[in-house]
Amino acid sequence: MYGSGILKGMSLVLQTMLLKKPFTVQYPEKRIEPPRRFRGASFVWYEDRCTGCATCAKACPQGNIQIITTEGQFNQYFVDRFDIDHLRCMFCGLCVEACPYDALFMGPDFENASYSRASLVIGKKHLNAAAPTRIPSSYFHPELDRIDISSGRPVPEIRKAEQEKNQDIGWASR
Amino acid sequence: MNVWDYLVDLIPNLARNLRAAVEGAGFSDGAVFLVMGLAGVLAVTLFVMLLVPPLTFLERRLVARAQVRIGPNRVGPFGLLQPIADALKLMTKEVIVPSQADGLLHLLAPSLIFLPPFMIFAVVPFAPGGVFTNLNMGLVYIIAVSSLAAIVVFTAGFSSANRYSMLGAARAVAQLISYEVPATIALVTVAVAAGSLSLTGIVQAQTVPYILYFPLAFLIFFIGSLVEVNRAPADLAEAESEIIAGYHTEYGGFKWACFQLGEYTHMVAASAIIATLFLSGWKGPILPPYLWLVTKMMVVILLYMWIRFTVPRIRVDQVMSFAWKFLLPLSLINVLVVGLEVVLAPSLPVWLIAINVPFAAASIVVWAKLYRVLEGPPPLTQRREIPGVTSPLPVPEPAGTAR
Repeated sequence: MYGSGILKGMSLVLQTMLLKKPFTVQYPEKRIEPPRRFRGASFVWYEDRCTGCATCAKACPQGNIQIITTEGQFNQYFVDRFDIDHLRCMFCGLCVEACPYDALFMGPDFENASYSRASLVIGKKHLNAAAPTRIPSSYFHPELDRIDISSGRPVPEIRKAEQEKNQDIGWASR
Repeated sequence: MNVWDYLVDLIPNLARNLRAAVEGAGFSDGAVFLVMGLAGVLAVTLFVMLLVPPLTFLERRLVARAQVRIGPNRVGPFGLLQPIADALKLMTKEVIVPSQADGLLHLLAPSLIFLPPFMIFAVVPFAPGGVFTNLNMGLVYIIAVSSLAAIVVFTAGFSSANRYSMLGAARAVAQLISYEVPATIALVTVAVAAGSLSLTGIVQAQTVPYILYFPLAFLIFFIGSLVEVNRAPADLAEAESEIIAGYHTEYGGFKWACFQLGEYTHMVAASAIIATLFLSGWKGPILPPYLWLVTKMMVVILLYMWIRFTVPRIRVDQVMSFAWKFLLPLSLINVLVVGLEVVLAPSLPVWLIAINVPFAAASIVVWAKLYRVLEGPPPLTQRREIPGVTSPLPVPEPAGTAR
């Protein structure tokens, strides 16, 4: 009343200007760790678990996954090709949900820019090379929230270390 | 004469030296007058044009902090070269004139937008003796010139041949004409108290800044100038969410930059007027007078920005009714009271402050109550019964008819 509301707002703005640290994280130099259940690019695929059943390829709404298999001697399949086309992928996670053997997981990456279309079709070689180092997203696999399978450490411990690392960019503290 | 003394009276000294140099070169009186005039124009223009780009940068950084962001910090140290980058980017853009537009007027409007604020600076005293022209009716001149902005804005909106631009221009003119009235009447109190219409005279008359003597007049003029320079709480003329940037919808590239810079120039001019009339202009201890004026202007500009960061845009009818039903009566009451004070105590003793501050607060509170009565209850949407028609939905009355 009588402009007191405006004065209140103005004092709040002044406090924000003087006291609050900017929330912005200056992206190329500093970056935020994506959330644990992030459905990002760079799928994590474990060849030893994959039976080549192609359930993921059938679940994919876009038909992004191409699997070519050869029949083995003892009633098993060898996966010859496992290609995921990131260009058309919308990261819905249906392939991960479909996989009956927990062989396919979403990944933490979000930087998909590339100079060629071919490099965005991720193949078996690439996936195999990346699998030991990548931390799979715990999307559809909440049990991964507790144990981190790449390092074997309990996740709360890792989260705490991450938070301490991010203290200076003011993300985790809020 | 040592350096400090020269710097304190920098503007008159420079003028004197230039005049001596030109007269020494053997020019006729007319030529000397011309050279001095051009030098003055150049100095004032440079002052404003050098002040405006840093202001755009400052405002962007400050508004970023108010929104818990960082703001532009990539170009140069701390992003200081951002205005230059912006200007270069805008200058390289294509010039587009709509096919239905009035080409000449469309081109003329962005170039004329700088004219009114520069003309205002012609009478603003930067220092004792440091004024471009010491008009003896400077206040009247300022009031006349500041209204010219409405014509330029209307030219821009009209020549664009765009409904939104026309709406924005109409809003700008309506707003400016409405707020001219209370702001001008508030200025009358200053003229009456100082006993002079010359800005130099008004500054010299202020032993105590007039903001303390006449807080009500200051508030009215401040709000009036805020609306006249089309700044955020009252930037209805360029409301991007309603009428897509209003009068400069059809402007892009460097013409758009002209409007943007023109807006800042207006703000600088308005702050100069306020600093001169209410904050005792160049007066102040220790520092040179022109620095005092610039400091006071910066305080007013920061206040403008601060208000812009805080207050959301006001509705059109609220802006208009605020001018006519609130500010105008208050300014008339203020003139009456100040007139009485000047007649009864012509020397303006300091104890008048003790009367005027409570008077300002009391009159604002009382008139705010009355304003509620004048406005009436807020319009309601009522169910309107239409005979013979059974409607399952409530038919709303048009707003404003149900009182």
